[in-house]
Amino acid sequence: MRRAIQFRLNGASVEAQVAPHETLVEVLREEFGLFGARESCGQGLCGCCTVLVDGTAVSGCLYLAALAEGAHVQTVEGAAELDAVQEAFIERAAFQCGFCTPGFVLMTRQLLDEHPDPSEDEIRHYLSGNLCRCAAYPEIIEAVKLAARKRRQS
Amino acid sequence: MKRATQATETPQVGRSVPRLESWLKVTGRAEYVHNLRLPGMLYGKIFRSSVAHGRIKRIDVSAARALAGVHSVVTAAEVKTLVPEPYYGPAFHDQPVLAVDKVRYVGEPVAVVLASDPHVAEEAVHLISAEYEELPAVYDEVEAMTSKAIVHETLKPAGTFPDLKHLKGRSNTNVALDFRLRRGDAAKAMKGAERVFEHRFRTQQVMHTPLEPLVSVAESTDSSLTIHTASQSPSFVRIEIARLLGWPENRVRVRVPFLGGGFGAKLYIKLEALVAVLSLLVHRPVKVSLTMEEQFFTITKHASTFRIKSGVTRDGRIVARDCEVWWNGGAYADIGPRVTQKSGFTAPGPYDIQDVSIDSYALYTNLPPAGALRGFGIPQLVWAYESHTDMIARELGIDPVEFRRKNLLREGRPQATGTRMKDAALEKVLERTAALLEWEKPFDHGSGTVRRGRGLAIGFKACIANTTSLAAVSVNADGSCTVYTSCVDMGQGSDTAMAQIAAEVLRMPTESVTVVHSDTDVTPFDMATLGSRSLFHSGNAVKLAAEDAVRKLNELRAELKLAADTPIADVFRKKYGMRAGSVMGGGNFIPPYTPPDENGQTENATPFWMVGATGVELEVDTETGRVRITRLINVADVGTPINPRIVETQLSGGAIMQLGFTLFEKMLFDAEGQLRNASLAEYKIPGLLDLPAEIVNEAVVAEQRSGPFGAKGVGETATFGVSPAVANAIHDAIGVRLTELPLNPEAVFQAMHK
Ligand code: FES
Ligand code: FES
Repeated sequence: MRRAIQFRLNGASVEAQVAPHETLVEVLREEFGLFGARESCGQGLCGCCTVLVDGTAVSGCLYLAALAEGAHVQTVEGAAELDAVQEAFIERAAFQCGFCTPGFVLMTRQLLDEHPDPSEDEIRHYLSGNLCRCAAYPEIIEAVKLAARKRRQS
Repeated sequence: MKRATQATETPQVGRSVPRLESWLKVTGRAEYVHNLRLPGMLYGKIFRSSVAHGRIKRIDVSAARALAGVHSVVTAAEVKTLVPEPYYGPAFHDQPVLAVDKVRYVGEPVAVVLASDPHVAEEAVHLISAEYEELPAVYDEVEAMTSKAIVHETLKPAGTFPDLKHLKGRSNTNVALDFRLRRGDAAKAMKGAERVFEHRFRTQQVMHTPLEPLVSVAESTDSSLTIHTASQSPSFVRIEIARLLGWPENRVRVRVPFLGGGFGAKLYIKLEALVAVLSLLVHRPVKVSLTMEEQFFTITKHASTFRIKSGVTRDGRIVARDCEVWWNGGAYADIGPRVTQKSGFTAPGPYDIQDVSIDSYALYTNLPPAGALRGFGIPQLVWAYESHTDMIARELGIDPVEFRRKNLLREGRPQATGTRMKDAALEKVLERTAALLEWEKPFDHGSGTVRRGRGLAIGFKACIANTTSLAAVSVNADGSCTVYTSCVDMGQGSDTAMAQIAAEVLRMPTESVTVVHSDTDVTPFDMATLGSRSLFHSGNAVKLAAEDAVRKLNELRAELKLAADTPIADVFRKKYGMRAGSVMGGGNFIPPYTPPDENGQTENATPFWMVGATGVELEVDTETGRVRITRLINVADVGTPINPRIVETQLSGGAIMQLGFTLFEKMLFDAEGQLRNASLAEYKIPGLLDLPAEIVNEAVVAEQRSGPFGAKGVGETATFGVSPAVANAIHDAIGVRLTELPLNPEAVFQAMHK
């Protein structure tokens, strides 16, 4: 039932044995020890399992691992150093328990790639698919604004 | 956050240090039990009851057992081979590890399948079938008082709490605690009052919804057991598991890393007894992690009914108050009886009332169990008494702020228990909320289909007593410091706060302190991380431990004839001739407490009071009933903040969570006790689009003199006033009064057209 797939993971070429029903978040966890993308709702409704596939954010809890064949998968663990978004999240205290944070970080990167100077309304709408039960939302909005400034300055 | 100067100006305390674990959290590397996998580990998946109340006639697990890849299937029969009396709970020993003979709610765990592949275990669960002889069920908390449907044959108090002892062995009742408070003669005072008002309020059942669902892992040998668990109460878990197994505590080890949210869901025993028994039965590590859906069948917040009656003089002084509260505890008591009493005694609100009567009942019903949820019952009570207060004021034609001012409990005055208010900034909090709302200025109520309103509410809470926290502080040979506490960081920032407290005492930067996560083999006893008690209790224990370490260091300096300001590293080098050694300080904190008498009276009901008020401005769309919050003001007495930034995130986070419980969250049950919306698809929690346009947080200048550096807990304070402030503002906008939560568009619209 399992078959080998090849893909790029955070820049490196990798191979994994996956079953047809296995999701990307499971394979990242079981095969690669990556826990930044994590399953919470399991229904594509909270954003905790967000990963980038060929640069586009997907819900790793619904995305079948087999579909990642040949793609570039990026997780929050990808970068060696903190980027502007992560720095801004720390400086603005934009998390409490941190369970939702990797998803917000990845989604914010995608937002800022598309809209380097987002309005507050754009931020709220773009990130509305990511939930934070600790409700660090006001701080997250501030962090996104700060990250946008940091990225424009550098 | 707006804040005037700190009462205590110090280098480490009062500084907004970024959380110590910030890097771990933004890089996805923080440790959660969610991530844990052990060699040879089996996954457990749970088969659950499909009826609300019934006798188990037959469980057929043969097909599940026969499925390829299934290791084993476990029911109560197997559990009992290991634990003959497999019942647990903090207040009552009423909850079975797996259902024994009877099921008491839809979703109750009946059997578990174990397999190395969680998908196989899941598939096998669907092959299990059970037959029940259905019994009459009861769902409503008030009906449960007199219902013929009895959830538990006999009551089994755990023996820990003296006020439950009289319930031992009682049968034919669903009442799991009947708390009673009498101060003066409320009935007589009511007769003498010029006006009497009586109202009834309801709150709905909701769920904590931590984004890291409940999860526990156990590994064992025949004589030792380690439980890795997402728990707010590691010390309790150790004690309770040791009791179930009949083992000494030192053979049970409980480890807790970070929690992906807790909010009261991860307290006492949830999955820990189950994984412990499973691991001991199969001699393999076992992990059970719930899905989001399963969390709804595990622990919830009490639905409640509150009848409140007040006698008032014509000029607006409340002279008597009569409170009757019914708490819907679901099928297992969990900590409900403590909610019933510890919160129950504040049911008359923060008002100075001579004659008070309170009856507060914990009820068993055939719904998922209810426990502690951010506020420990207080938001349900404030919802009722602050709606009631507003209704009286408007009825009497007195300004609602003025009416509150007139009746507010002042410092030094006795509360319903007789305990005098101390370090409770009720006046300041009320006045600041009114000022931030610009209450004295005229308010534009809008016109046409969009009407505007404003409202406020104030609540208070007594911190739970009688509880203990211990801590240890180790100063290492290089001058760095390690703090040992069983306080759990579930997102509230306790690691950082404890490090700041230790650093302050030791005069070192917070960043050179590390906090060891709960491990009952290593970290000392702590009652639990709940009810906003930890900053005060664990904080005081850490402070005592750090002071003890400083004392020992100074003794060492004196012994070695070193100057008082000799750096720590030099002290150790002189003592041992090289970099070696350490100094260990211990702290044991238990604040004074006097248990209440049979009328609920005591001179010392609590170690400290929390005070929170909410101001709301909103718009009501009169065509749809939709409410939009335009301004949310959270004002609190948090004592003197240890970390002002984290305090602010706690205030706004708590208020937004409570906004979900106020405006839309509700567990919906059908007539058979079946939950209809057990997923985030149908049970919505607040997202970015639900955020009020403007949020203002303010900690008033205050000091908790008995707290560490003047601080006290803050995790729940901003939840207190949200629901009634919104209802009061809706009334201000459209003249319609809602008395049942949530205040969703349907409810508002229907009330408008009644
Ligand atoms: S876990 Fe994938 S969206 Fe919630
Ligand atoms: S920080 Fe806890 S869920 Fe977002």
